[in-house]
Amino acid sequence: MSRRTLKGGIFKALLLFSLFVGFLMLGVLLVDVFHDGLPYLDLTLLTNPPSSDPQQAGARPAILATLYIGVLLLLFVVPIGVGTAVYLEEYADKTRWYNRLLEINIQNLAAVPSIVYGILGLAFLVRGLGLGRVLLAGAMILTLLVLPTVIIAAREAIRSVPDSIRQGGYALGATQWQVVSRQVLPASIPGIATGSILALSRAIGETAPVIMIGAVTFISFDPTILGPFTALPIQIFQWVRLPQEEFKLLAAAAIIVLLAILLTLNAFAIYIRNRYRRTW
Amino acid sequence: MVTMSTDSSTTIEPMSLADIAKEHGDAGVTNREAVFQVNDLAVSYSGNVAIRDVSLDVFENAITAFIGPSGCGKSTLIRCFNRMNDLVPGAKIAGQVLYHGKDLYADDVDPVEVRRRIGMVFQKPNPFPKSIYDNIAFGPRVLGLKDDMDGRVERALQQAALWDEVKDRLKESALGLSGGQQQRLCIARCLAVEPDVILMDEPASALDPISTTRIEDLMHELKREYTIVIVTHNMQQAARVADMTAFFSVEVSPDGKRTGIIVEYDRTAKIFTTPADKRTEDYVTGRFG
Repeated sequence: MSRRTLKGGIFKALLLFSLFVGFLMLGVLLVDVFHDGLPYLDLTLLTNPPSSDPQQAGARPAILATLYIGVLLLLFVVPIGVGTAVYLEEYADKTRWYNRLLEINIQNLAAVPSIVYGILGLAFLVRGLGLGRVLLAGAMILTLLVLPTVIIAAREAIRSVPDSIRQGGYALGATQWQVVSRQVLPASIPGIATGSILALSRAIGETAPVIMIGAVTFISFDPTILGPFTALPIQIFQWVRLPQEEFKLLAAAAIIVLLAILLTLNAFAIYIRNRYRRTW
Repeated sequence: MVTMSTDSSTTIEPMSLADIAKEHGDAGVTNREAVFQVNDLAVSYSGNVAIRDVSLDVFENAITAFIGPSGCGKSTLIRCFNRMNDLVPGAKIAGQVLYHGKDLYADDVDPVEVRRRIGMVFQKPNPFPKSIYDNIAFGPRVLGLKDDMDGRVERALQQAALWDEVKDRLKESALGLSGGQQQRLCIARCLAVEPDVILMDEPASALDPISTTRIEDLMHELKREYTIVIVTHNMQQAARVADMTAFFSVEVSPDGKRTGIIVEYDRTAKIFTTPADKRTEDYVTGRFG
């Protein structure tokens, strides 16, 4: 075997090894979680509130709160994110300094650690606006956290609509608003939907900012938008901290629920992306 | 008209452009009303002059062709007629374009209104990613013309000689049509808003010869009702379809800047048989280009 072929072979082996590391870790995690959690994964977990008795304890308030947060988050983040993206892509004059500044800021916002958003939420939403430690404040701060992701995804989607489509619209006497609302946005829906779902799945797995604004860990009643709440990752965190072994197993079962929600969302995003993939 | 184009494409001895041009074109075209009067027009993009010193009249119910080498500004010029250059950041227009005597660039003129009267077909077919029906209906819908949409769609497709091919699949995506069909769809889409003028920017350059012939036949049909301006690279096409032809060229300044200028504008038969300018003669006889 020549030296060059050997080098190629080694390189390929290294690549496979990198792939293997990721998959192995994920595999170990899944096996471990399923081994511990599966016996506790039953209807009690889904329908009961937390309890000091591990046999009776469930995560119903946390699951519901996570779903509420998800819905509110989408309601907030999609219009604001898409609106920003449409402005930046279709209306902003890129030679103006303030538009460039805006762009750079959005890129930077995407890199801000989530705990910082948590502090922001505590200072401005919980105390400044006086919302208190409520579910709405949690949804709002998670909205801010994933807003840059949605803006960036929506801009990508809008940019991928070829200019010839816009020109075709203008050439027929359409106004800019008509071109944007009837051609550009419908054509970018798949990309926007995919980006929004992925942002949602990131948000509902987030723990730090939600703890920061004070999601309480023991809530035994169903959450309301303007009431105190806990979220699934926090419930898991709390159970893991308890001394009894059963609660750790319960936490593993709750992780399975959280993973199931996230993987379903991601699978849905991939489905939308493939279903509406378009070649121009 | 249909038989003529068929004849020219089946002749074994290739006809010269002069012979083709003599057979086509309308001798009395310059007596018609001028739809556009261009006076000393110059267009620049971010300070670079793309084309300058253009003065010409575009006549009603005639086909006017702009020919010339790449970079001579013919596409830039045609985009002045429906104010598409307004959409290009940094584009500036000097001089005058009169449309039926009214300044197209006057302050009180709405470019959106201009574009509904002066339609445009682009080089590459650009159907919207929607059904065939919705492609045609888009124009009338944005203009608020909602009555008898089915009739509008059918008439537009009939006029563009596409109806028979698509009438059973109006709800299917326009992206499934062939390139030639897509371009006729774009022409139909343009006709559906009942424009006065149709601008065509190299409408057949991305199409095969058969589709090209169909588009050319269509243009002959359409000029009865519409005024057509076409940009083309294909001199045969200009000779076959145009009544008037403008030849543009590129002038290179000592510092290397390239600017389009108009060399000659006359009846097509004249341009291809007895051009007044040596540069035109060199170009149409293939000695330059």
